Amino acid sequence: MIGLDSITTQPKVSMTTHLLTRANHWDHFWARMGYKRSQHCVEPGLYGIGNPTSESPVFVTANYTLSFDALRSNLAGIDAYILVLDTNGVNVWCAAGKKTFGTDEIVFRVTATQLKKVVDRHVLILPQLGAPGVSAHEVKKRTGFKVEYGPVRAADLPEYLKTHQATTAMRQVNFPLRDRILLIPVDFVRLFPLFLLAALIFYFFFGGLVPALAVLAALVSAGVLFPILLPWLPSHNFSSKGFFLGFLTALPFTVSVFIQHDDWIWYHQVGQALSFLLAMPAVVAYIALNFTGATTFTSKTGVRREMYAYLPAMAWTFGAGIVLTILLAFVR
Amino acid sequence: MYNAYSVNTLVYDAEQCNGCGMCVAVCPQAVFEMDDRKARLIRQLACMECGACQLNCVTGAIKVDSGVGCAYAMIRAALLGLPEAECEC
Repeated sequence: MIGLDSITTQPKVSMTTHLLTRANHWDHFWARMGYKRSQHCVEPGLYGIGNPTSESPVFVTANYTLSFDALRSNLAGIDAYILVLDTNGVNVWCAAGKKTFGTDEIVFRVTATQLKKVVDRHVLILPQLGAPGVSAHEVKKRTGFKVEYGPVRAADLPEYLKTHQATTAMRQVNFPLRDRILLIPVDFVRLFPLFLLAALIFYFFFGGLVPALAVLAALVSAGVLFPILLPWLPSHNFSSKGFFLGFLTALPFTVSVFIQHDDWIWYHQVGQALSFLLAMPAVVAYIALNFTGATTFTSKTGVRREMYAYLPAMAWTFGAGIVLTILLAFVR
Repeated sequence: MYNAYSVNTLVYDAEQCNGCGMCVAVCPQAVFEMDDRKARLIRQLACMECGACQLNCVTGAIKVDSGVGCAYAMIRAALLGLPEAECEC
């Protein structure tokens, strides 16, 4: 009912700046850590930055603080309006996938904020990554506003505004080391309690310190090393890359069995060594496969084909490795 | 070596293209380029099936079965019996 109420009132424009405060930086830090993930929100609506007039451009963004702040911090010295959509605190690209950053929400928000009364140039500049949720010609038909897709990254906006033409580089998404590192904490924080529990169980019940360390090593390998090494790991698929990295991670543990337990009967040694070689690559491969969603280039078709091809192998080798570890703990 | 990403569902019919260039503007993987007032499909396998081109193609020249390329979302959808995988992120 927000829309209906505001029709009778004057358009409301909240003012903001390009400056990021210490509180903003803390908020970004916690968002990156995955802490209270859905609560890094900005109030949806119309904002002004600089000294906007009826001739100023209108930028559209999501109501996720990282999205809103990335946009406004790159608008130093630019007088503009920012239309913040309600994406439930989700970033532009993911929200576009869910269509919350979408045609319907834009139509609603343009109407609710009475944007037509505020600006004379009826153009909306959208981040390019909003396009999977937005049909430009439909927005034009339903609101009269022309949709213009700006660059992928807000940092390219000042350059873009000179010509309103994005270069190929501005249009392409890449996945550099810096971005891959920024993603590490979210997964790591999420998985850590589960792996810690597993490590404690192995420590006290199934084999002691070395299997417990193997559990933690698998987490570090999958959660930290995999994102960093992604482009350099061999093969095309995330699962096979993960199996490879997991195999390398398991090798020291495998060798350690023969050094540490040279008093064991040979089939105990081999069994224990095999359990690392079976379970660890499977765990790393599974987490690696799940990293597909965090990347910027995997297709639904490809990921589905990967799942069918590798999930059974992961399940069988993981199961065999765990059963072997438990059996050996009892036999000794 | 098996490559799961060697096929995708992107289909482009150049006959229907009106040369507006929207697909070139919205594609994050530079799958299309403009060529003599028509779009040309130049990097089919780079397509990540986000669906932006189809949604912004006014003539319907582009078809793609779009969705999230996220194993986590698909496994979750399979376990919970959801009709469509949707990311939680």
